[in-house]
Amino acid sequence: MFSFGKNTFKRTRGGVTPGHFKNTRDCATEQLPIPDTVRIPMAQHIGAPCQPTVKVGDTVAVGTVIGLGEGFMTAPIHASVSGKVKAIEDFIMPTSARCKAVVIAADKLQTLDESVTPPDVHDFESFIAAVKQSGLVGLGGAGFPTWIKLSPKNLDQVDTLIINGAECEPYLTSDYRECLESPDTVIEGVQLVKKYLNLQHCYIGIEKNKPEAIAILKEKVQGLDGIEIKELATRYPQGAEKVIISEITGRRVPMGKLPADVGVVVLNITSTSFIARYLRTGMPLVAKRVTVDGDCVKNPGNWLVPIGTAIADVAEACGGCDKDPAKILLGGPMMGTCVYADSYPVAKNTNGLLFFSADAAGQQRVLACMKCGRCASVCPMGLMPPQIYEANKVKDIAELTRLQVNACMECGCCSYICPSKRLVTQSMREAKATLRAAAAKKQ
Amino acid sequence: MNTVNSANRLVVSSSPHLRDRRTTASVMRDVVIALIPAIIASGILFGSKALVLIAVCVVSCVGFEYIWDLVMKKQNTVGDFSAVITGILLAFNLPATLPIWMAIIGSFVSIVIVKQLFGGLGQNFVNPAIGGRIVLALSFTEAMTAYPNAFFYKVGVQSMASATPLGTMKTMFQNNTWEKLPANSDMFLGIQPGVLGETCALALIIGGIYLVIRGVLNPIIPLSFLGTVFALTAVMDANPVQQLLSGGVMLGAIFMASDYSTSPMSGKGKLIFGIGCGLLTVLIRLYSTGNEGVSYAIILMNILSPQIDRLTKNKVFGGKAA
Repeated sequence: MFSFGKNTFKRTRGGVTPGHFKNTRDCATEQLPIPDTVRIPMAQHIGAPCQPTVKVGDTVAVGTVIGLGEGFMTAPIHASVSGKVKAIEDFIMPTSARCKAVVIAADKLQTLDESVTPPDVHDFESFIAAVKQSGLVGLGGAGFPTWIKLSPKNLDQVDTLIINGAECEPYLTSDYRECLESPDTVIEGVQLVKKYLNLQHCYIGIEKNKPEAIAILKEKVQGLDGIEIKELATRYPQGAEKVIISEITGRRVPMGKLPADVGVVVLNITSTSFIARYLRTGMPLVAKRVTVDGDCVKNPGNWLVPIGTAIADVAEACGGCDKDPAKILLGGPMMGTCVYADSYPVAKNTNGLLFFSADAAGQQRVLACMKCGRCASVCPMGLMPPQIYEANKVKDIAELTRLQVNACMECGCCSYICPSKRLVTQSMREAKATLRAAAAKKQ
Repeated sequence: MNTVNSANRLVVSSSPHLRDRRTTASVMRDVVIALIPAIIASGILFGSKALVLIAVCVVSCVGFEYIWDLVMKKQNTVGDFSAVITGILLAFNLPATLPIWMAIIGSFVSIVIVKQLFGGLGQNFVNPAIGGRIVLALSFTEAMTAYPNAFFYKVGVQSMASATPLGTMKTMFQNNTWEKLPANSDMFLGIQPGVLGETCALALIIGGIYLVIRGVLNPIIPLSFLGTVFALTAVMDANPVQQLLSGGVMLGAIFMASDYSTSPMSGKGKLIFGIGCGLLTVLIRLYSTGNEGVSYAIILMNILSPQIDRLTKNKVFGGKAA
């Protein structure tokens, strides 16, 4: 009826344009050679870590379950190579949390576990059970178990599926390659999710800086009912869950609520095609496409990496580094995590591996805040970082609550834009920790 | 053991790992660049004395900041260029005939008392240059209000203005009489008596536009400030155009009221701040004993700006209304 919808004036504000750096956009995915050993951590999802279900000396095949979790928020972990369990070690994550890791010496035969057969899926329950068995977690980076995402308590109120192909992080092209290399599988996955969750509308959101992906998916959805490609402005953090929901539907997820509370389920685009592939083959999540880039890498590219492969092995397989990397990142430069050693393994939710030299990673001198307000103006959540910083300095719980710092999703826009090079995002994390500590004390 | 890194050492820091190129120094440098047209104009209008005064203020402001950092054993902050700006703005608020030692006292007040004693850049609650100017105006009233005419250096010292356009306009408003004002075009170019940097509206506007284009200046404060002065004086029939072109309102609105640390952060807050500055300026100009009200208006709103910030929080996405 109208050319502009009810959402035209409800766009989210803020965000930054850090530059694309999509150097690997034309690099087709290559299979990484199977490494001699893999080290598979038992914490690869949000929630309590899994417990190893194998012992030292056990023989495992590709797809053998090696870790299972208790409790609700969990996803099983599978062996990514065939071989023998060499050790079960203590493992320290970059967050300093600890879990176990299963070390497997690969026999390089890649024999398949007998459990790897297409699952029997005929209704919603069996669909969710299959997704749970597949070990799938949000491949966009957060690592939220997908089966929980797909079975919200109020599913009857959900009418919209959003497929997140924004990939707004600079450097990363792993989702983009998925669109180009397997568009049919993406659409197949969309239709499966739509069918079993009984959803009417589906939007696939992709940033405008990926015209090839938009074109190919537009072509594939032609004639399909209820699937629409949405071109999103190229603006970080366009792919953040709350932001993409607001951009596409105009609905705003209230603080502390989930997308399902506004009738939406959001799924990463690689996760979506993984579901289609799993239902076809029964092959669980044992390998992940990873964008390898950064100013130290000789041959940037996209690699299909067995989960548990050490960063050093990935680097070696793609030609090594021509400069000494001073900083190694899992994920993109805006939200990625620094690792403390290159023996650290690639996990399910790793979508990028970036090697930066001392020049690129150099710490800049932190200067005084001049209260220019740039951080507040780019915050997609509309927060006021300088006031939050001041309130946290004196641990003013009432003021921190009033400033609603818990809405912060740590996207990093505030630190990015700060001309005084202050660690604004870090100070927001500290403020959230203050609130958490205060809440724990109260109980 | 790190095999990819020969030093066996990796940097571990919190995200984000990408930073914008803009730095505090580059922001301040942009402001200095934006002030250059007005510096040139002051040189043309008030001669070499003006340029000497600017140089004295800049050198002494930077010098006091350097000495402060040294004495207090703080990291040297001269490199952020903010003291340079304070120096230029303070000089812009002085008449060209002011003795140099007074300018040095003004610099001391601006940098040491108003800025550093409160914690330095970003912590001062009033604009340092305005603080310095007010102390000078109250201490050396005669010297600070001896406004030379434009081009006084060509005709000799006797060309001191008996009345500035502001004073004339106040008489006109209060006595409901008609008196002669300089032509609007002269006032726009700065050919009128006044302090160094305030008279040439053209140069100040060029600087302001540059800052807006560079993304350094949010135009809300200057526009609401000037807009309020214009609208109010138009309603009161008190020469709205000449009000904008005379006195320090153009300099104040573009370069001083918009100072980051002493003005509110949110758009709404900036609007309230600008309107408040405009309102106070007009009230002081038309009803008080002094002729000029811009610096007092700005300093009063500076003091209010933390309160305005508190009342005009951004709406948090998906959050409750506070």
